[in-house]
Amino acid sequence: MSTAATALTDRFEIAGHPFNSRLIIGTGKYRSFDEMKAAHRASGAEMVTVAVRRVPLDHSSESFLDHLDPALQILPNTAGCYTADEAVRTARLAREALATEWIKLEVIGDQTTLFPDNEQTLEAARTLVKEGFIVLPYFTDDLIVAKKLLDAGCAAVMPLAAPIGSGLGVQNPTNLRIMREQLPDATIIVDAGVGTASDATIAMELGADAVLMNTAIAEAEDSEKMATAMRLAIEAGRLAYRSGRMNKRLYASASSPTANLIK
Amino acid sequence: MQVQINGEARELSQDRILLSDLISDLALVPQRIAVEVNQKLARRAEWDELLIVDGDRIEIVHFVGGGTEER
Repeated sequence: MSTAATALTDRFEIAGHPFNSRLIIGTGKYRSFDEMKAAHRASGAEMVTVAVRRVPLDHSSESFLDHLDPALQILPNTAGCYTADEAVRTARLAREALATEWIKLEVIGDQTTLFPDNEQTLEAARTLVKEGFIVLPYFTDDLIVAKKLLDAGCAAVMPLAAPIGSGLGVQNPTNLRIMREQLPDATIIVDAGVGTASDATIAMELGADAVLMNTAIAEAEDSEKMATAMRLAIEAGRLAYRSGRMNKRLYASASSPTANLIK
Repeated sequence: MQVQINGEARELSQDRILLSDLISDLALVPQRIAVEVNQKLARRAEWDELLIVDGDRIEIVHFVGGGTEER
């Protein structure tokens, strides 16, 4: 079955909006706008994240958004926010400027580890959902928090694989598997900590609906090539997940008959 | 009057100024920026009605590449 045909039967939606690609990427840390655009194109991603920052007043600056492929859906994030209040204010500003209801909610609890503050994230999520936002919250891979975020009305949950920018890959596969099993209808998007293609494949094999990444592509020596690798990795991981993999066995199991051997 | 814009104190010659005029004076392109006055979102439709007065704190933001950055 062609990739396009597979996409038709294996629908991916966030808040009822269909996507062909299960890869969402960021816009940070690229060496140049050209590199970023090439990587974005190679990734096949349909949605990219951007951050909200003060406009520099002392010099005119071109709009960063002009460097993005106009076909991409822009997902503003609340990067840099440490409290629910800051995140809510940032989300409102982003919505006003972009005329989008979508917001990637990031509320960080600690500057060194950049781990999310789940409590503040939950608080911000509740407020933003009430204000009509489509909230995609980033959090640690905690099932109980996931349930609370979904009950609050978040469109998806985005558990981290590993700390932001660490490139360590999924550190707690068991947690992700449990989350998938316990929340069969939730949209689960693994966000943060992916480093290379196999990490993305593993995330999809564990049952993630999509993967969000930035550093893994932007900091690869050849970001365009890595973006292609990620696209393929996520397709492969998703197919494997849907294939119903074989069971693991402790002992070998011969794959050819043991009768009629020559002696 | 004195106001704060993006965390910096600014002296303005006017006693009061419409937000739309202030943005125009700052030579900012209205598209794809958003503004807060005293921690409250100022919708674009309100800019030419919202009066900025002495002591107001204004945040003007736009979009940049990136997410939460690691150290």
